Amino acid sequence: MSLRTTYPKLPGRVYFFGTCLVDMLYPEAGLAGMQLIRREGVEVIFPRNQTCCGQPAWNSGYRDEARKVASAQMACFPQDYPIVVPSGSCAGMLRHHYPELFSGTPQHNAALAFSERVFELTEFLSQVLKIELSDLGKPVKVALHVSCSARREMGVAGEHQALLQQLKNVELVEPGRKEECCGFGGTFAVKHAQISAAMVEEKATELVATGADALVSGDCGCLMNITGHLDYRKENLPGDHIASFLWERTNATDS
Amino acid sequence: MQQTVEFHARADKALHNPQIRSNFRYAMDGLMYKRKISFPDLDELNLLRLRSAEIRANSLSNLPELLEQLEARCNENGIQVHWAETAEEANGIVLGIMNRHNAKLLIKGKSMVSEEMELNHYLEQQGIECLESDLGEYILQLAGEPPSHIVAPAIHKSRQQIAQLFKEKFPDIPYTDDVDTLTRNARDILRRKFYEAPVGLSGVNFAVAETGTICLIENEGNGRMCTTAPAVHIAVTGIEKVVEKLSDIPPLLSILPRSATGQHITTYFNMITSPRKPDEKDGPEEVHLVLLDNGRSRIYQDEELIATLRCIRCGACMNHCPIYTRIGGHAYGTTIPGPIGSILEPQKAGLDQHGDLPTASTLCGACAEVCPVRIPIPNLLNRLRFERVRQDQTGVTRGQGSQRNPWEARIWKGWSWMHANPAIYRLGISLATSLRGLLPKRLGAWTSVRSAPRLAAKSLHTLAREKGFDHE
Repeated sequence: MSLRTTYPKLPGRVYFFGTCLVDMLYPEAGLAGMQLIRREGVEVIFPRNQTCCGQPAWNSGYRDEARKVASAQMACFPQDYPIVVPSGSCAGMLRHHYPELFSGTPQHNAALAFSERVFELTEFLSQVLKIELSDLGKPVKVALHVSCSARREMGVAGEHQALLQQLKNVELVEPGRKEECCGFGGTFAVKHAQISAAMVEEKATELVATGADALVSGDCGCLMNITGHLDYRKENLPGDHIASFLWERTNATDS
Repeated sequence: MQQTVEFHARADKALHNPQIRSNFRYAMDGLMYKRKISFPDLDELNLLRLRSAEIRANSLSNLPELLEQLEARCNENGIQVHWAETAEEANGIVLGIMNRHNAKLLIKGKSMVSEEMELNHYLEQQGIECLESDLGEYILQLAGEPPSHIVAPAIHKSRQQIAQLFKEKFPDIPYTDDVDTLTRNARDILRRKFYEAPVGLSGVNFAVAETGTICLIENEGNGRMCTTAPAVHIAVTGIEKVVEKLSDIPPLLSILPRSATGQHITTYFNMITSPRKPDEKDGPEEVHLVLLDNGRSRIYQDEELIATLRCIRCGACMNHCPIYTRIGGHAYGTTIPGPIGSILEPQKAGLDQHGDLPTASTLCGACAEVCPVRIPIPNLLNRLRFERVRQDQTGVTRGQGSQRNPWEARIWKGWSWMHANPAIYRLGISLATSLRGLLPKRLGAWTSVRSAPRLAAKSLHTLAREKGFDHE
């Protein structure tokens, strides 16, 4: 598993892989991601037949089941366009684990070629589109939570931060132990609910202690976990996906 | 599934113990900080990690040859080599040596392999006293507890708890919770024992095949005492600790203490290549090396899982693990806890024994990020999650398939069918979003500390179609 060091030139067209959590719980984040890319003059294609990257089954040890789903996803993105994903976790699955998942099968080479085309959204916005953002929003204090996959698997913590730092009215505040996992971990949160609870409690406490007005993250798993707990505690700290946040603060028209 | 219940019960108990929570949080924060500042140059760290990983991987790729070479060199040097396939055999070997010398007291330096063997328990049943001389291990022996961390075994205890323990065990010594005084008291007690013990035991950090040298890293000097003061020294080690050449040692010695405690070098570094020679005035008259397999050669056979055996036991993975930090070492119920324990122990004992441990991780990757020999721990956890539920019997991992639950397997089959059939998936999503008002507010364990997630009114599939992004 290696991190990307070079990036392609600006493409004319990209595919968007929305992810299942965004599809069901945070569709506005997916839409915002696509709108941010389209605004830069790049055509965005959302293949209708996409569902889920297969990570839940892969991380639960059900590899045959994961492979069936992954195979169906690969078929949705036939052209050689970049595939942009608004999640470090799902991007990590598509980029780093598809080659493992298909290792020893006739689809291995296809999985390798597919994985090369996968970009996490903030990485794509900064490194490929070299997006320049003008902030239209009011002054706000924001705490950023970078998911573990975005930070370690995709290596895009810097891209998350750089995009937010482009917004002149956004003050980024740094939570304590910012590199520590929020305790989501997919089925972990259910299988080991008590440990997960202890983790999210401490994560939420660190975030609240920053005095931020809003929490921003690039992954819906973390958002669902942390904001779910913040809401349960009745804390006044709303959470937003980084794509929605960037779009809302930079969008002058309703496009 | 018995183990799952036990792991959950132990973890819950730890989570609800404020002393455990604060002791570990405080200690792990400190160890993480110390490691971080001991590697100010990240490029140097990354090169050193690459080099160290390469050394360990190379050693493992030639493991049988290197072990034979190690045995031959040790024999030439006068070190007696013993092979043990199981912990019982290793215990029997140590007992045999003790009996030959009519020895009733064994003084021990820190050794996780002796913990794995449950050597103290075994020898005590044979009427032999074992005395731990590492301060942390000594404290635990007094308390009757196993280690909770591989480098700092008594890390779960606060200074005050240790002071209280000393007060109970040594009523004649005035009470103190001053660390230096407590240490001095322990040292006074132990020092006398070093004169009396006929046999000393140690672990091994690295065994060098090229020269037949046993390397031992330690901070307290008790390791040197155990290996030099008694007439007989027994070193116990897992077969994976062998490295090829003496020149492999400097990189490993440079990265291990910094990864473990943030020290650039430990106070003592011992290299033992022979017993006392005829013209020498000190040192043991006999040196024994016990090489223990105990499931390691089975791990060796899998080309991916073999990376487990690279471990040099620094403990950085547990120091950085958000799970370990919250539940501590005892909750794992294994000799080695934390992320490395969660991959190593289920492979050694079998997934039927510790099949729950590979699931006790969010796969956050903090362990792999700091591992000095670049063990891809999350990938191996994932692999063991596969092994624990796989149906065929083609792998080498003991207990494969033992955690497969028919009910869970059916759920994943259904999940897979739905997500591999886009029309079914879209129908499911559209039903769920239109009926979202009917969804329950409570969703099992999830909502015990969280509000239930709210399904969107329109899915991204629908929004994409409305905004012109949708495509066949």
